[in-house]
Amino acid sequence: MDLKIIDLHKAFSASEGERIDTIMNVSFTVGEGKFVCVIGPSGCGKTTLLRMISGLERPDRGKILLGMKEITEPVREIGYIFQEPTLLPWRTVIRNVEFGLEITGVPKEQRRQKALAALELVELQDFGDFYPKEISGGMKQKVAMAMALVVEPKVLLMDEPFVSLDCQTRNYMQTALLQVWEKTKKTVIFVTHNVEEAVFLGDEIICFTSRPAEIGKVLAVDIPHPRDRTSPELNSIRKEILLFLAKEREKTRNVNGMFTHVHNLSEV
Amino acid sequence: MLRIYRSLRYLPVFGVIVIWQILSSSGIIPGNRLPSPVTILHGFTELASEGLPPGYTLTGHCLGSLKRVLSGAAIALVTALPLGMMMGYWARARDFLTPFVEMIRPIPPLAWVPIAILWFGIGDKSASFIIFLGAFFPILLNTIGGVLSINKRFIESSIILGAKKGALFMKVLMPGAMPSIITGIRIALGIGWMTLVAAEFTGVKSGYGLGYMIMTARDIQRPDQIIAGMAVIGVIGYTMDLVIRKIEDRILRWR
Repeated sequence: MDLKIIDLHKAFSASEGERIDTIMNVSFTVGEGKFVCVIGPSGCGKTTLLRMISGLERPDRGKILLGMKEITEPVREIGYIFQEPTLLPWRTVIRNVEFGLEITGVPKEQRRQKALAALELVELQDFGDFYPKEISGGMKQKVAMAMALVVEPKVLLMDEPFVSLDCQTRNYMQTALLQVWEKTKKTVIFVTHNVEEAVFLGDEIICFTSRPAEIGKVLAVDIPHPRDRTSPELNSIRKEILLFLAKEREKTRNVNGMFTHVHNLSEV
Repeated sequence: MLRIYRSLRYLPVFGVIVIWQILSSSGIIPGNRLPSPVTILHGFTELASEGLPPGYTLTGHCLGSLKRVLSGAAIALVTALPLGMMMGYWARARDFLTPFVEMIRPIPPLAWVPIAILWFGIGDKSASFIIFLGAFFPILLNTIGGVLSINKRFIESSIILGAKKGALFMKVLMPGAMPSIITGIRIALGIGWMTLVAAEFTGVKSGYGLGYMIMTARDIQRPDQIIAGMAVIGVIGYTMDLVIRKIEDRILRWR
């Protein structure tokens, strides 16, 4: 089932009733089972985009289609992994994974079984009885993955899920994520501002411009997994993205300069 | 070792009582104003064995009071908890109800005594109502605060996983707000217990109640029994709080 993002537009209200565009004319399609990375300057609205795709926020214009179904509110078909792990601290790991099944009335036996399978997928089957405070940040994000996967979504949206992890853990988590993805073949949209991460993970990399965010560049990464982080092919793609981002940053600076100018005029 | 150390905490209290006794025995503290600890202990045993009025023993008074406090606090809990959860979750409910809450809250429970008697007559209902008023607001405000303090991502992630309102309230908002709710209950029981004596001034039909007992002791000029009654109120209040803290440790193990 393809995920189609059609002409998405979102503005937010600034002070004095002024509307500022954050996302403009964004359209793209993610094929079933594809791993797409979204990258862009920080604060460009990547999270807003992901929240709209999930149905947590409504766009001002445009729509999101999963297959034939328009997404207007959160649905179980589209899972979400937040930047900070969303484990309920009062539940043990296994009961966190069971949560999505429990609230929809799956019988106890069955949900325990499914939860264990999901934990096994992220290789945490031995940590079921731990409380979230007792496990590390990387493990928490793995549990968050199991929580999302256990309800069998078609799409997994990930919003910089590894950003607060240290470098080595992050590399390890990326590999772990790819393993899970290869086993489950979910469609993944992965937001990051880390170029190396995007290049290591994605089949396709969508680069956003700075605000208002539009699609500035789309790159296909036709390198099979497992990828070598230091290979020349990966490096050349990295370089292309880095150049793009540098150019965007430059543009922002100029635009900001212009705004200051306008501001000064209004004071006169 | 820890146990011994902990019991040592009560040593200063014991010391003060000993000094008090010495001052009383040497006549520095006049017995008709503040009876000595030994006299109070006598008063206490008398209360426990013979009772005041005769036949109405201390155990009965304790149970009578506990019943009022617990029933008042229980009614406060079952009303304030759902209301607080709704006010915590829906900003609109909060905006609408907060002015009412903030206007009623500063009225001291005791100011309600006349109206309580008018509504419920003299007896247990009035006393429970007064305690209910004292207990309601701490539970309400702490529940609202508890819900507001829950990480918004927890709520969103639960909704994505398919949680409808029922599951969201019972399995996310309530456990998430639980530390705060328990604090509210602790404060509520404390205030309820403090309000008790006054609440029992509205009259007690059954003849049982610590506040009522103290008033009777005053009527017959027995300061030793007044103070013994006060001490019992203090000890029971302290014990109640200790019990809740134990329960808290048990159900909030995850913290």
